[in-house]
Amino acid sequence: MKIFELTRADNPGQAIAAAAKANTAQQGADIRFIAGGTNLVDYMKLNVETPRQLVDVNHLPFDKIEALPDGGLSIGAVVRNSDLAYHPIVRKNYAVLSEALLSGASPQLRNMATTAGNLLQRTRCMYFRDTAMPCNKREPGSGCAAITGVNRGLAILGTSEHCIASNPSDMNVALAALEATIHISGPKGERSVTIGDFHLLPGNTPNRETVLEPGDLITHVTLPPPSPGNRSLYLKLRDRASFEFALASAAVVITADGGKITRARVALGGVGTKPWRSPEAEAELTGQSATQAVFQKAAEAALRDAKPQSQNGFKVELAKRCLVHALKLVTQTA
Amino acid sequence: MLASAGPVLGERSRAESAATPKTKEAMPAVEGAIPVTLRVNGKKYDLQIDPRTTLLDCLREHLHLTGSKKGCDHGQCGACTVHVNGRRMNSCLCLAAMYQGDEITTIEGVGQPGKLHPIQEAFVAHDAYQCGYCTCGQIMSAVALLSEPVGPEDAEVKEFMSGNICRCGAYQNIVEAIQSVRQSTNRQKAG
Repeated sequence: MKIFELTRADNPGQAIAAAAKANTAQQGADIRFIAGGTNLVDYMKLNVETPRQLVDVNHLPFDKIEALPDGGLSIGAVVRNSDLAYHPIVRKNYAVLSEALLSGASPQLRNMATTAGNLLQRTRCMYFRDTAMPCNKREPGSGCAAITGVNRGLAILGTSEHCIASNPSDMNVALAALEATIHISGPKGERSVTIGDFHLLPGNTPNRETVLEPGDLITHVTLPPPSPGNRSLYLKLRDRASFEFALASAAVVITADGGKITRARVALGGVGTKPWRSPEAEAELTGQSATQAVFQKAAEAALRDAKPQSQNGFKVELAKRCLVHALKLVTQTA
Repeated sequence: MLASAGPVLGERSRAESAATPKTKEAMPAVEGAIPVTLRVNGKKYDLQIDPRTTLLDCLREHLHLTGSKKGCDHGQCGACTVHVNGRRMNSCLCLAAMYQGDEITTIEGVGQPGKLHPIQEAFVAHDAYQCGYCTCGQIMSAVALLSEPVGPEDAEVKEFMSGNICRCGAYQNIVEAIQSVRQSTNRQKAG
């Protein structure tokens, strides 16, 4: 690990002023916020992240989960994953989020990891993690070792010729299906960004993972009120029963009326370079009966643009079956 | 140093650390060391440590509390599990200087020979270990699990113990040990 200066922010202004002096935005930056540290300290030990300054944001007043007057929910940036997963409102109104969080990592890590940290969680691509290997995300212009290398676990949607790294978060997939909004405070003031616009596709700049600018601080995430009568579910498929990243996962939020789907929100995990909302699948489901044939059509639509690599072709079929099964389970209970 | 970034914890303080009176147990002054105060098992420790020092390394190398073990050092094996304010965490991913003011509990604070925690007694009774390297982490997780929302089934216990790896494969007996404590606690509650 490279030496760094550890500072503590006692109010948001201090944190923003400190990070505004960074050369780039949060991920990979020379000045980084630290909260749970589960991802950042791991990558600092590997010298993948080498910040010269850490700003401890654990003491900022962003640790609350609050019901909003409109029926939605506000989730503070440093709320721990386990506290969020077990919160009564989350369990009751946003089951998909609770299930996604509890399917991720281990109890110890969930006690540490935060909402904002999870939004910024970096890929598990082994070439990104290994500083001896080329990686356009870690070192722009050095090349992508994964495209011709071990790519079994990597993305099939949203990839570019420069990067095929998958987004590892489960929480983000649920937030995508729930149409969450990310609230940011920065040197230029406050703004909010939808979860769909927050993460960037790799394109020519895989090192840029989100819309955050230097000094931007995530303060909280809001969820819209739950759609009346909806059922939601998170289904995760992986190489072992627990404590493993998704090969494919599906977050589904479905409202059905008399066997007919009136509203559908679908997002996939483990297969995209970012949390993968699928408006194509949603369009196939809306207004249709909850049948196997309809689910299959939705799954085909969701994976239509999939671009498998040498070792992860199986993910196309796996993701389809994952989505079909998730839809079956969520409409069975409806 | 950034005045706007709040109190500086990582300021180079060579002179300060050199001026610290040398006690028998004091570590040699390290360039860039920072003053850190930790509360571990109810005891207060004033230390001078490199800001890179993880809580795990601090416990083991500075406080000589070697019950917490280093397995993977990346939050994957759970051998380093400790409690921070009653919640289990991977101490290998904690920077020690960020946990000032918190109540840290290690295996040394859970039980002692002759006065074991019920989970420790159950691990002995159920032969829930072989080599013992992962055991302190397993016990720290198991003790925390007792106050977490875990269902009654073995499968639930296995899921909640998934952050602790045992290379000897004592998993079956670990689950039995934990379940025996949970069941006897439930019986006491019912009685």
